[in-house]
Amino acid sequence: MNALSVRGLTKTYKNGVQALKGVDLEVERGDFFALLGPNGAGKTTLIGIVTSLVNKSGGEASVFGYDIDRDLEAAKACIGVVPQEINFNMFETPHTIVVNQAGFYGIARSVARQRAEKYLKQLQLWDKRDKMSRGLSGGMKRRLMIARALMHEPRLLILDEPTAGVDIEIRRSMWEFVREINARGTTIILTTHYLEEAETLCRNIAIIDDGRIVERDRMSSLLRRLHTETFVLNLRNSLSAAPKLDGYISMLVDDHTLEVEVSKDQNLNDIFSRLTTLGIEVLSMRNKVNRLEEIFMRLVEGRGAAGETRAPARPELRGAEVAVAPAVRRHGGQTT
Amino acid sequence: MSSVAQQALVPPINLGVVRWIGFQTIVIREYSRIIRIWGQTIVPSAVTAILYFVIFGSLIGRRIGAMGGFEYLQYIAPGLIMMAVITNSYSNVVSSFFGAKFGKHVEEMLVSPLPSWVIVAGYAAGGVVRGLLVGFSVTVVSLVFTHLHVHHVVVIVAAVLLTSITFALGGFLNAVFAKNFDQVSWIPTFVLTPLTYLGGVFYSVTLLPGWAQTLSYANPILHMVNAFRFGFLGVSDVNLGVAFALMIAAALVLFTTAVVLMERGTGIRE
Ligand SMILES: Nc1ncnc2c1ncn2[C@@H]1O[C@H](COP(=O)(O)OP(=O)(O)OP(=O)(O)O)[C@@H](O)[C@H]1O
Ligand SMILES: [Mg+2]
Repeated sequence: MNALSVRGLTKTYKNGVQALKGVDLEVERGDFFALLGPNGAGKTTLIGIVTSLVNKSGGEASVFGYDIDRDLEAAKACIGVVPQEINFNMFETPHTIVVNQAGFYGIARSVARQRAEKYLKQLQLWDKRDKMSRGLSGGMKRRLMIARALMHEPRLLILDEPTAGVDIEIRRSMWEFVREINARGTTIILTTHYLEEAETLCRNIAIIDDGRIVERDRMSSLLRRLHTETFVLNLRNSLSAAPKLDGYISMLVDDHTLEVEVSKDQNLNDIFSRLTTLGIEVLSMRNKVNRLEEIFMRLVEGRGAAGETRAPARPELRGAEVAVAPAVRRHGGQTT
Repeated sequence: MSSVAQQALVPPINLGVVRWIGFQTIVIREYSRIIRIWGQTIVPSAVTAILYFVIFGSLIGRRIGAMGGFEYLQYIAPGLIMMAVITNSYSNVVSSFFGAKFGKHVEEMLVSPLPSWVIVAGYAAGGVVRGLLVGFSVTVVSLVFTHLHVHHVVVIVAAVLLTSITFALGGFLNAVFAKNFDQVSWIPTFVLTPLTYLGGVFYSVTLLPGWAQTLSYANPILHMVNAFRFGFLGVSDVNLGVAFALMIAAALVLFTTAVVLMERGTGIRE
């Protein structure tokens, strides 16, 4: 029995937008699962249907074997969800919010108070417990929603961009935290635009684009499928044109920066020896984008110019920003 | 051992318990809200009641003389209590549930295993709590100005509860359909207040000309106020059986409608 099983799911919003066009998805019990996709791909819609915030247009979904049409209450009792957008009462305190949420899941108040202490402490919100939640910072508000989702100790935890707008230090501690929860047996589904986050945390991955699943694989096998990697070389002296490197695709980004694509059957020694021959001195080198980003962009970009029109609208999408850049440049840049 | 421990990790869900605790939680949350903003929820009706008693009791009332065979203040006291119950039951639910929609925290309940009917019942109970709290405070105020004698306590309790439930559910429906704050205050201002004033709070409909009397009987509030007044004074302009049948039917129809709308997701789900 899978933690989540979705079959032929479709959703057409009232305004005619077809957000889901037949999604099939299986998430195994105990998995740490990444659901990735560009803005507007349909991730939140999918999560909304599973958590009954959105009415589906067609298809089926079940959670730990409980069908959302036939056993909705039981299905929902298994899920904890951290939504993409803040949705608690700003005039209530963190303590009230989490204790009441436990109540909605049938947890007695005495138990709820103990758990409130445990989870508010773990998410470093305990000293804010009696302050009005309107006064919490953006990152604290996200953490409060995580604490709230854990109060009934769900078997499936769905995190819709939990780390958006969270500083790097807290983000890392949140990673540790959800990893532990997963290790104790909770299935986790994570959506994020920080692909590095998905790569570090998740074992399985699905990429959704324009309402369809375009990729579903183990993270490790997906990464293994990446044939080429792009390296960015920092040069000591300025160049006016990209050097001729037979067999390699290279591109001069600016007069001191060279990008080289290296495939699996090629090697870096070869490139360096050629550059040395040409008298080009390399000061430093880095991967252009992380590997998952590279794959992600290829899959999502496959639909032609869409990659450009879908440039992220929100400033916090740093991961995607980095990834969109090469797509734009590859079309417009100078290549040898 | 280990299999027992494993099972303990995933206890079977007792939906009855979940619903009951969930219901209580909604009521507790509503109660806290009422108390947290008591200046908006409790005080206004009590102040209004004091004004009515001062104006009608001390100033105008003396000149009006008797109504329905009772001292005027005594006659209007049950009506004023009922007026407070109606307004507060309604406005508590309409503003709290619309606020939950507007602030999106309605989602906290929507993602939970609570079925629609528990959510509707929880909010309705919250409205009843406020209706009764305010009704009680107006009763206390009225005791300062007049004495209330109790003719039939069961009728009093049944009438006030049914009225409160009916208007709490009405407020819920209003919140379901409301798209902005204007639509939250529209019905109380343009429908509830006129119907209450014309619902026999201040006068006996027997004083009205024939056509106006007939029209008044179409006003449900008239039946509620009179049933309630009968509990105190033993006099009524309406048939009690009809009044109670009407209240029960109204409550049932409104409850069912609210649950069906919630199930469909009207106004709350895409
Ligand atoms: N309430 C709504 N009414 C109409 N259209 C909607 C609604 N919510 C979402 N959509 C549309 O459905 C599509 C999918 O949106 P969704 O929010 O599921 O995307 P997403 O993958 O979560 O995107 P993001 O990464 O930006 O959160 C988009 O085209 C969006 O405009
Ligand atoms: Mg989203």
